[in-house]
Amino acid sequence: MESYLFYIVGTIAVLAAVYLIFERNPVFCALYLIQTMVCIAVLYILLEAQFIAAVQMIVYAGAIMVLFLFVIMLLNIKGDEESKRSFPFRKIPAILMGIGLLTVICIILKSKLLQGKQDVYTVAHIESLGNTQLIGNLLFTDYLLPFEITSILLFVAAIGAIMLAKRKL
Amino acid sequence: MTFNILSILPILVLAGFGMLVLVVDVMSARKLGEKNLLAYLSLAGIVIAAIVSRNSTATTLFSFNETFTIDNYALFFNILFLLSTGLVILISHSYIKREDINHGEYYALLMFSTIGMMLMASGADLLNIFIGLEVMSISIYILTGFKRSKLISNEASLKYFLLGAFATGFLLYGISLVYGTTGTIDLRQIASFVAGKGGVKDPLLLMGMGLIIVGLGFKVASVPFHAWVPDVYEGAPTAVTAFMSVGPKAAAFAAFMRIFLTAFGSSHYEWQKAIWILAVLTMTVGNVVAISQTNIKRMLAYSSIAHAGYLLVALVAANNMGVSGTLFYLLAYIFMNIGAFAIVIVLSQKGDVGMNIDDYAGLGFKHPMLAIAMTLFMFSMAGIPPMAGFVGKFYIFSAAIKSGYVGLAIIGVINSVISVYYYLRITVIMYMKEPVRDFHPLTISPLIVVAIAIAVVGTLHLGIFPSKVMEIAQRSILTLR
Amino acid sequence: MINYLPILILFIVAVGFAVTNVALSAVLGRQKPGVEKLSPYECGIEPIGSARERFSVKFYLIAMLFVIFDIEVIFLYPWAVAFKSLKVFGFVEMVIFIGILFICYFYIWKRGGLEWD
Repeated sequence: MESYLFYIVGTIAVLAAVYLIFERNPVFCALYLIQTMVCIAVLYILLEAQFIAAVQMIVYAGAIMVLFLFVIMLLNIKGDEESKRSFPFRKIPAILMGIGLLTVICIILKSKLLQGKQDVYTVAHIESLGNTQLIGNLLFTDYLLPFEITSILLFVAAIGAIMLAKRKL
Repeated sequence: MTFNILSILPILVLAGFGMLVLVVDVMSARKLGEKNLLAYLSLAGIVIAAIVSRNSTATTLFSFNETFTIDNYALFFNILFLLSTGLVILISHSYIKREDINHGEYYALLMFSTIGMMLMASGADLLNIFIGLEVMSISIYILTGFKRSKLISNEASLKYFLLGAFATGFLLYGISLVYGTTGTIDLRQIASFVAGKGGVKDPLLLMGMGLIIVGLGFKVASVPFHAWVPDVYEGAPTAVTAFMSVGPKAAAFAAFMRIFLTAFGSSHYEWQKAIWILAVLTMTVGNVVAISQTNIKRMLAYSSIAHAGYLLVALVAANNMGVSGTLFYLLAYIFMNIGAFAIVIVLSQKGDVGMNIDDYAGLGFKHPMLAIAMTLFMFSMAGIPPMAGFVGKFYIFSAAIKSGYVGLAIIGVINSVISVYYYLRITVIMYMKEPVRDFHPLTISPLIVVAIAIAVVGTLHLGIFPSKVMEIAQRSILTLR
Repeated sequence: MINYLPILILFIVAVGFAVTNVALSAVLGRQKPGVEKLSPYECGIEPIGSARERFSVKFYLIAMLFVIFDIEVIFLYPWAVAFKSLKVFGFVEMVIFIGILFICYFYIWKRGGLEWD
């Protein structure tokens, strides 16, 4: 059942990503990107990573995509304008990078080199408490300091938004 | 869970004062000329943070479940960061008034950025180091674009942000590969993993290490990740340029040494080759390109690249003398570089006019004191005794020879000889050419005079009596391995 | 996986409702399109130019502030789930976190970040 769901959602995600690349209207591109992100959120749920799925939906598919759409509308690019201004040979480095990334992913998948932290966190343990609660327990005890510093980071980001984007100070 | 609020007291003080400055700024009626209070408030914050930092413990202290370290190494860097931020606040005060960018956010961002640096120097795991790096970098991206009406400043900010975000991506990818292969982000646990395997053999771990070198190499402005430096240094407000040439560089080196000596210390052989190449490229490109610069900020930008190269030489050597020499050199670099930028600020006029090297012609006759101070800083950066820069270079190159990198030391010395040319050129222009422009009005205030005085005293003191500071530096690095 | 069954049912009901209504109106309704009926404002206002106008940068500022507080909210989710095991300690640290961001909000408000100038 889960593997069927994986293949269905995964196919939709890849198809949406392909459409995203070949679509000329930037607003539609953004919509395809949202579709890809929602599909990836479903994949996270299939992996029992509910927190990451929530982040994917709320932050990426929600907030960040709003920002994307605003930028597209701010720049107001017409569908066929972009191809003229792009520099030549840009496809070659892009293809090389893509092949490189694919190679790394294949190596990782084949070699099983990535282990991650396993000793305490067996599948049974994660399922007994739930992924989100485990993250909560860790984030608010062991990684308390980075969590609190994140509020400073967000503060700095807010200052940046005001200082750099606000017209009148 | 060990939890010690006292260990992060300097960070708390800085965060508190940063927010206080902002609140005071938005609550008071906003008249740009009358915000002296904010500068004094932030200086008070820096001083208090320095005082609470000095309450040091002799032994290493871990807190927050061993993710945060307070050892002598972290304390040394805390003082170093606070010193650089303090000096930058002193030189900024009259400058940001002149350029009409006297907003409270300026001081707040300087302090928040310092928080990030402290976290980078004290983080005992990669997560803390990463969050610290982000707090530091994002503050500086904003500070770079602080001259909102100037296109060059906006461009610099955007360029720095885009490239910086890209470099952060590399760093994060590296961290994730390291986590994936070792199963931990704790530096000491990574170290025991690496030691257990007898060095970094795993291709993925090797790649993770390489990507971390790329990410941090960007922050220290090493070649070939230096493309942003000249444009950003030129476009940013001059006081911010002074800040980002010392503080973030020191913080990135602090993290560099903590990661590579603590976590990957036992596989020195794997990463030294990469850093060796970086060091040679950085020194050579920085010095050679600096020769042809006509704008003083661009020249100092390339000189800052070159100095990053000297510091990388010490990292290649990776012996006690090299590492403590790095600490010493970073301290010396704070004095000489902020001093030089202070004089650049004093001599430039509203809208950053007067940044060409030829504009300094005849300074020696018109303002002998400023010219003497500038000469001192240039001599120090060129590495001429008895200045601080000479001693720093001496330590670093002898460390390289001690570790058997004689070729690298020779390349370094040749590079310092090249650098003498462009540093001395400024002195020659100041004393041997007729003035081409009037230097009035000078951007001068008591605070900037204090800053120049501290810089002069620091440069001379470290050059003539280096042993005391060197001793402290040597004590600071004992906990690193 | 069985826990997600209600979501699946809701999803099917929502999609089914939308599809049924559109299909019903297409099948049952009589269609006589005309120039007036197809214009965007049937009540009589003439459209001027394209709707694809350039957006003001002010929207962007609001969107950025939204992202920042959105990220604040995402931290509340694991906190709420783990709240029982964290006890008072967790409460205090979240108060500090929200407190800092409250000062941030105060700053944005006083600085005029929420005004439409």
